[in-house]
Amino acid sequence: MAWVFRKLMEGFAIVDNSTTSSSRTNWGDKVFFNLTRFFALLTLLLLVGIIASLIDGAWPSIKLFGARFLWTGEWNPPMERFGAVIPIYGTLATSLVALVIAVPVSFGIALFLTEMSPPWLRRPLGIAIELLAGIPSIVYGMWGLLVFSPIFAKYVQPFLAATLGKLPLVGSLFEGPPLGIGILCAGVVLAVMTIPFIASVMRDVFEVTPAMLKESAYALGCTTWEVVWNVVLPYTKIGVVGGIMLGLGRALGETMAVTFLIGNMNFFNGFSLFSPGNSIASALANEFAEAESPIYTASLIELGLILFLITMIVLSLSKLLLMRLSAQEGKGT
Amino acid sequence: MKIDKESIMQSTTGTDLETQIAFRNFNFYYGKYKALRNINLDIYKRRVTAFIGPSGCGKSTLLRTINRMYELYPDQHSEGELLLDGVDILGKGTDLNALRARIGMVFQKPTPFPMSIYDNIAFGVKLHERLSRVDMDDRVEWSLRKAALWNEVADKLNQSGMSLSGGQQQRLCIARGIAVKPQVLLLDEPTSALDPISTMRIEELVSELKDEFTIVIVTHNMQQAARVSDFTAYMYLGELVEVGRTDDVFIKPTDKRTEDYITGRFG
Ligand SMILES: Nc1ncnc2c1ncn2[C@@H]1O[C@H](COP(=O)(O)OP(=O)(O)O)[C@@H](O)[C@H]1O
Ligand SMILES: [Mg+2]
Repeated sequence: MAWVFRKLMEGFAIVDNSTTSSSRTNWGDKVFFNLTRFFALLTLLLLVGIIASLIDGAWPSIKLFGARFLWTGEWNPPMERFGAVIPIYGTLATSLVALVIAVPVSFGIALFLTEMSPPWLRRPLGIAIELLAGIPSIVYGMWGLLVFSPIFAKYVQPFLAATLGKLPLVGSLFEGPPLGIGILCAGVVLAVMTIPFIASVMRDVFEVTPAMLKESAYALGCTTWEVVWNVVLPYTKIGVVGGIMLGLGRALGETMAVTFLIGNMNFFNGFSLFSPGNSIASALANEFAEAESPIYTASLIELGLILFLITMIVLSLSKLLLMRLSAQEGKGT
Repeated sequence: MKIDKESIMQSTTGTDLETQIAFRNFNFYYGKYKALRNINLDIYKRRVTAFIGPSGCGKSTLLRTINRMYELYPDQHSEGELLLDGVDILGKGTDLNALRARIGMVFQKPTPFPMSIYDNIAFGVKLHERLSRVDMDDRVEWSLRKAALWNEVADKLNQSGMSLSGGQQQRLCIARGIAVKPQVLLLDEPTSALDPISTMRIEELVSELKDEFTIVIVTHNMQQAARVSDFTAYMYLGELVEVGRTDDVFIKPTDKRTEDYITGRFG
């Protein structure tokens, strides 16, 4: 690689002084240009290919159920009637729960690590967080099922039902029998799984904020919190949103841990987060092997397509959010 | 320090000199490394004091002790006394946020915050005062006018502070500093990243601002020190070698090291 680069630079240098070797320059230039263009286009092709094959595989289901697929709450393999509401809701709800918990916690961790922690604690804590990211998701799933969910059912759920459950609108999200496993439980474990990602990205981007910029804010008499909230966060917003998206991507697609914890229930019984449900990834993992009829397979593939679309929509929304934010900050940056 | 304070007092024409900041037997450490040794220095109210000396001699270090910026870094600490209006500000009891509201600071490179021009200025004010929208507008205009930036940005206050040119950004940072109405303004090589014309404007600004603020300016440019300052402190290897009225220090320095530095540079 370095060799190619040197050759290229030579080529540029030569072109400045003489015209005789311009053919060689053009040759190197062209190869390099085409090579990079090829890889760039390859990703695009792959993307289009994946979408096309998903649509192709899902076609029987799309044709049979049409848009109804999106709002039918029934998932009935024996009767060959399929609708995606339960896994879509499960996917979105678990991911949302995960984010609601993980974002503030990660922010706190990153804030502590970059601004407040005594220097000797920084490395061990940072490493611990990175190690958390390395634990295989099946371990999280088993830990969640065997250790966490009993505690969750015994203490946390009754407490939530008695507090948040009493509130007017959100109350309905926290009602029903405390079973332990369910959407909320899966969401909480997902939060634990995404925190290392979000926290380490946030820490990294907080660290690249120029010391002089932070000092300028301290020099005005800001507290640490004010510096981070008003200066560091706006300065690093692209990285922060990126980190959150990374976590969300992991939460949306997470399969093993969610399969262990969500209950894999295909009957829709209300929006309560206490109730067991299903997620797209978990439905695919559990059912693909046993899907015998073509329409069953096609419906599962359509679920996959929907997951793909959800991810794309989420990504576009985050881009939109960033544009909004920079518009707020002032035009003409 | 070979300066006789009485003579400074007497040679001042017009108003009396009043000490705003005083270092007494002051030492400073980066971890175990002693970066400042036994500093004794008076900085006078509504005068411009310049710190000069070769790079690495401790000018920035000394400047950054005045608003205790070094507190952000746990391995740095100071010894001795640092008096602001006669009160030692090195004690544990000092409210750092309040102290920093009294002392503005501008850095080597412009550091506009990632927000609009208006908010860049309103931000600091809001930390310490509750102003109505109208009063805030007035304050923003006042400080931008003081920083000689108003005419250039009056019609684009909503644009990002980062969209300005380097020289404008630096004046924005000065405006941001004075908007809080501090008593002291610390400038650490404020023109080192700027072109000559922007540099000239900042120097003019310093001369105007000294009617209201005590200004301490670090500069590696001796002509600049000669142009803008009333007093000059020459530092060398963490020590304060000589301090006095700028004319005296430049024309008849009492210390050989100062003389070498000045003649070497002008030579
Ligand atoms: N953060 C730091 N940690 C350790 N030593 C430092 C640090 N900052 C500056 N120093 C040292 O302190 C001395 C004075 O530095 P500084 O005040 O920045 O000099 P000046 O501003 O006069 O160029 C130098 O020897 C420098 O190497
Ligand atoms: Mg310096």
